[in-house]
Amino acid sequence: MISQFFVMSQRGDNIVFRDYRGDVQKGSAEIFFRKVKFWKEDGQEEAPPVFNADGVNYFHVKVVGLLFVATTRVNLSPSLVLELLQRIARVIKDYLGVLNEDSLRKNFVLVYELLDEVIDFGYVQSTSTEVLKSYVFNEPIVIDAARLQPLGPASIFMQGTKRMPGTAVTKSVVANEPGGRKREEIFVDIIEKISVTFSSSGYILTSEIDGTIQMKSYLTGNPEIRIALNEDLGIGKGGRSIYDYRSSSGSGAVVLDDCNFHESVRLDSFDTDRTLSLIPPDGEFPVMNYRMTQEFKPPFRINTLIEEAGPLKAEVIIKVSAEFSSSITANTIVVEMPLPKYTTRVSFGLEPGAAGQRTDFKEATKRLEWGLKKIVGGSEHTLRAKLTFSQETHGNITKESGPVNMTFTIPMYNASRLQVKYLQIAKKSSTYNPYRWVRYVTQANSYVARI
Amino acid sequence: MAPPAQSQRTQSPSQPSGKGEVSDLKTQLRQLAGSRAPGVDDSKRELFKKVISYMTIGIDVSSVFGEMVMCSVTPDIVLKKMCYLYVGNYAKVNPDLALLTINFLQRDCKDQDPMIRGLALRSLCSLRVANLVEYLVGPLGLGLKDSNSYVRTVAVIGVLKLYHISASTCIDEEFPLTLKHLMLNDPDAQVVANCLTALQEIWSAEASNSEDASREREALISKPVIYYFLNRMRVFSEWAQCIVLELVGKYVPSDNNEIFDIMNLLEDRLQHANGAVVLATIKVFLHLTLSMNDVHQQVYERIKAPLLTLVSSGSPEQSYAVLSHLHLLVMRAPFIFASDYKHFYCQYNEPSYVKKLKLEMLTAVANESNTYEIVTELCEYAANVDIPIARESIRAVGKIALQQYDVNAIVDRLLQFLEMEKDYVTAEALVLVKDLLRKYPQWSHDCIAVVGSISSNNVQEPKAKAALIWMLGEYSQEMHDAPYILESLIENWDDEHSAEVRLHLVTAVMKCFFKRAPETQKALGAALSAGLADFHQDVHDRALFYYRLLQYNASVAESVVNPPKQAVSVFADTQSSEIKDRIFDEFNSLSVVYQKPSYMFTDKEHRGPFEFSDELGNLSIGAEAAENVAPALMVEANDKDLLLSTSEKEEIKGPAYNGSAYSAPLYDASSPSVSSLSMQSELAISNPISAGNASPSIFAIDDLLGLVPATAPAPLPPQVKLNSKAALDPGTFQQKWRQLSLALSQDFTISPQGVAALTTPQTLLRHMQGHSIHCIASGGQSPNFKFFFFGQKAEESSNYLVECIINTSSAKAQIKIKADDQTTSQAFSDLFQSALSKFGSS
Repeated sequence: MISQFFVMSQRGDNIVFRDYRGDVQKGSAEIFFRKVKFWKEDGQEEAPPVFNADGVNYFHVKVVGLLFVATTRVNLSPSLVLELLQRIARVIKDYLGVLNEDSLRKNFVLVYELLDEVIDFGYVQSTSTEVLKSYVFNEPIVIDAARLQPLGPASIFMQGTKRMPGTAVTKSVVANEPGGRKREEIFVDIIEKISVTFSSSGYILTSEIDGTIQMKSYLTGNPEIRIALNEDLGIGKGGRSIYDYRSSSGSGAVVLDDCNFHESVRLDSFDTDRTLSLIPPDGEFPVMNYRMTQEFKPPFRINTLIEEAGPLKAEVIIKVSAEFSSSITANTIVVEMPLPKYTTRVSFGLEPGAAGQRTDFKEATKRLEWGLKKIVGGSEHTLRAKLTFSQETHGNITKESGPVNMTFTIPMYNASRLQVKYLQIAKKSSTYNPYRWVRYVTQANSYVARI
Repeated sequence: MAPPAQSQRTQSPSQPSGKGEVSDLKTQLRQLAGSRAPGVDDSKRELFKKVISYMTIGIDVSSVFGEMVMCSVTPDIVLKKMCYLYVGNYAKVNPDLALLTINFLQRDCKDQDPMIRGLALRSLCSLRVANLVEYLVGPLGLGLKDSNSYVRTVAVIGVLKLYHISASTCIDEEFPLTLKHLMLNDPDAQVVANCLTALQEIWSAEASNSEDASREREALISKPVIYYFLNRMRVFSEWAQCIVLELVGKYVPSDNNEIFDIMNLLEDRLQHANGAVVLATIKVFLHLTLSMNDVHQQVYERIKAPLLTLVSSGSPEQSYAVLSHLHLLVMRAPFIFASDYKHFYCQYNEPSYVKKLKLEMLTAVANESNTYEIVTELCEYAANVDIPIARESIRAVGKIALQQYDVNAIVDRLLQFLEMEKDYVTAEALVLVKDLLRKYPQWSHDCIAVVGSISSNNVQEPKAKAALIWMLGEYSQEMHDAPYILESLIENWDDEHSAEVRLHLVTAVMKCFFKRAPETQKALGAALSAGLADFHQDVHDRALFYYRLLQYNASVAESVVNPPKQAVSVFADTQSSEIKDRIFDEFNSLSVVYQKPSYMFTDKEHRGPFEFSDELGNLSIGAEAAENVAPALMVEANDKDLLLSTSEKEEIKGPAYNGSAYSAPLYDASSPSVSSLSMQSELAISNPISAGNASPSIFAIDDLLGLVPATAPAPLPPQVKLNSKAALDPGTFQQKWRQLSLALSQDFTISPQGVAALTTPQTLLRHMQGHSIHCIASGGQSPNFKFFFFGQKAEESSNYLVECIINTSSAKAQIKIKADDQTTSQAFSDLFQSALSKFGSS
């Protein structure tokens, strides 16, 4: 069982602190913060999510810069506690609409109320927003979402295209709208994180898609929902017929390696027609997580060329080509590359007419950074960087720099081709027609090109 | 009003901060307390919020206790909740004030609104004040019978709280029995789950002093209870499922059909999005199938995909917790994961704690078919900007090389590292090349050519420098400027801060001297005199030792310092298989993340809410003590020949200090045995007293056992009584095993219970230890286990050595006994067999 739970700001002060068992000393928060801050003297390694100091076990997860911490003296399941901490953060977010230090400070009494019901004497009672709703009486003080930094993977919809309601993901599940009536709507987000490693010759070494179908429902009366996925969806390595010679990258079936589902999901007809049915609880939750190692077409190609230009000089040319449809635009792209330790100066050259691009040489970490606001499908962008070194290179530049790492977000694009074919809501009446939003987004998890 | 005011006055001088604010609050609260003006609740809320926020940041607001209590007479539930929170926080330090709250809490316990009843009851039980216990009993009893399930869930946990305040009251009021009834009958799943948690905690704590409690605790894992829970699995919340699964993991099914039924029932839990549920299910699967080799392997195959999915979904923290478990499984059965090696490639943005685990997994799964790709990948990391990970990667390459797959290609890579001209890469690679040469001397030619070209000036890290010096000494014949490099190193003796390096230097010069005397003579003289003058004791002693050796006889010195040596075939594992098994037993707990069994990081009382095996815990501590006597007991013993691996360990230990230790296994082996013998005699003297005082139960078992042969109808054989704290170090055991002739060899069958209980070697070790028969090494996996035991006579240090091979599928045991005193070996054998026959039945 858990002895204490607390939320700490980045500066190390407690925003909420709840002691459930009284068997861990009060100063534990300070001890924890010191440990995390000075884990290794050189500052190179971060503290693991679980550690033991003087017989007390500390668990923590980082959510939007806040530390959610639990302590215990008992040999608990680490998975259980970390999952719980994450879940507490999510319940709080469901309530407050936006989770950050400010909203938490403004609503700390409500958070205490929640914590009282989530855990009793160190044992988990419930983490369901739906169930908790009947025990919590404070009204959330909603803070203005417009001025806030975006958070979480779904947050990209906030700045995205006009088709999506910007406020949805920051709306509290429980708070009443100013007009008194809640808007009937449901969001289904297909969020995919892709990892690709290219060899120096451009060949794909490894690739993986980790996806989540996330749901957030604002529907009243808990109607049943059916979600239909691709009919030919295969699951498991044996899922694909051996006669299927249409290779994976073409028009063939989508084959997932594995997936798991939320408690509320019923799979009665999943094996026959790939539909999931569920009665969505309030709040945000993952309907299904999936993993795919089947080959897919990577959205970007990265070419890097390094040319020596004399004993103390070299030129790096990075070319990024977007290999997706021109109707789609990627945003917040950052290309990063470590340079040799003895690099002293970098001068950049962008292509003529480049807009919304920035370049930087991080002196301290010897990294080159190239940021692009957006890249339209089918286009190509090039960066030239002239490096100056403080010592002779001995022809070793390629060994001492790289790999090139790229981060990006592509709305309305999904690499796996997994689709929600339809989203059916059991009708209460003929006029009942809630808003349904099915949105796709792909993000880079680890997108690396070796040189 | 007077008492709280007074207490504030006495406290105020020591109050560090917020004093003014707190007294302000106090006056404001007092003004509001009696007021019935409209909107007063809102002002109260604001003030209460302030109080709570001070409390959160650590300002002592206990002085407003009285005012808070007064203000809480209100129908406003938000206010009530804040007040309860406040009271719960300060009641323990202000027991007198806590009394003030009892009245209104008790009244609220009878409120119309079940919500208020529940909240009040929870707060009442959270006061943690011993002298208020009498006020708890009534409301708790009512709460347990409440018609509202919310109140009942609160009341059940309340019973547990009461138990922690006053165990005797809780037991006397027979609350546990009420909980037991509720657990089996309540319609609400959360009430049932809370009953289970509360009862587990209470019975486990009580079990040590009450037989009833330990029976009740056993009853929780009886078939009807387990089936009751299994059949309702789906109605429980995901968190309650974890608790139930943990319980199911303790259950021992009677036959294979039952095992398969349980597994089929739980199969869909593996698809759960909550990692804790999946891991708890996996634990059940793994433990149920331990005795069925092929099914166990199928389980590994089955859980692979769900685990990998969990690793890649969720936050980095969650994925770390799952990855730690995957790591454990990979280490146990690397071959099953060999084809999944790509999943263990490190990603650019992963934290180093994740990367480290992955590197170890990559090392473990390397085999003939994937080594080339894995090593290629690892070499990429070696050039990584993250230096600690670059180092680990190089070490990983080295470890793979030592596993013997595709050594050829790896040696090339390692040598390329040496040419990369990054100090830390060179340093790590040097250490590896040294280890590699110790295992594969045939590669010396290629390696030495490259190592010879490294300037010792570029190597600064002590470990790397020591490795380089070792190679210079070892291969001074092949490296033609070895004597001169050594000489220049000795010239800088005073600048060398690491004693380890200086030790190696002395030895390397000695070795070089035996091969190339004329060139090294001068350097040797300089090294010995510098060594003799060294302030470090070990360096001084070694130099003196060499000096005297040379004085005595140069050829003897050579045979000591530079004898011909054999290649090391297996490097010692850092963790014994016993420790690994214990971590496996504690699957889905912190033990896996820390890679330590729980007794190494928790006090006994905190070993786990689900820890049923208290008695076992005691025993394992006893076993630890025995291990301290002979630390070398921790020998990796999976090999066919356990004794051989012990001897290798001796040999491997040497070079870490110095090459010369190679020549002295005899010396090494005898010194610990001398010390352990002396300890043994001490123990033997103190034994009767300490046994009488500390562990009467063990003593009683001894007596009983002593009687077994006596009551047997056979013509009175000589009696054997064993020393329960016998000690023997592996070196001595090994020597004796070689020297003594076989006294007895017997085959017999093992009871079915014994077979069932023998899931890992550890279970038998603990059992036999209870019979004063100790294990020195064990190994094997179901169905074939092999053990080496020893026993020692209580009166004299006369030993019995036993080799015991057990095949669980045929239920046969084969023992070979050797004894110092052969006349009693039959008696010892009887004793051994009777101890073994009791295994599993107790």
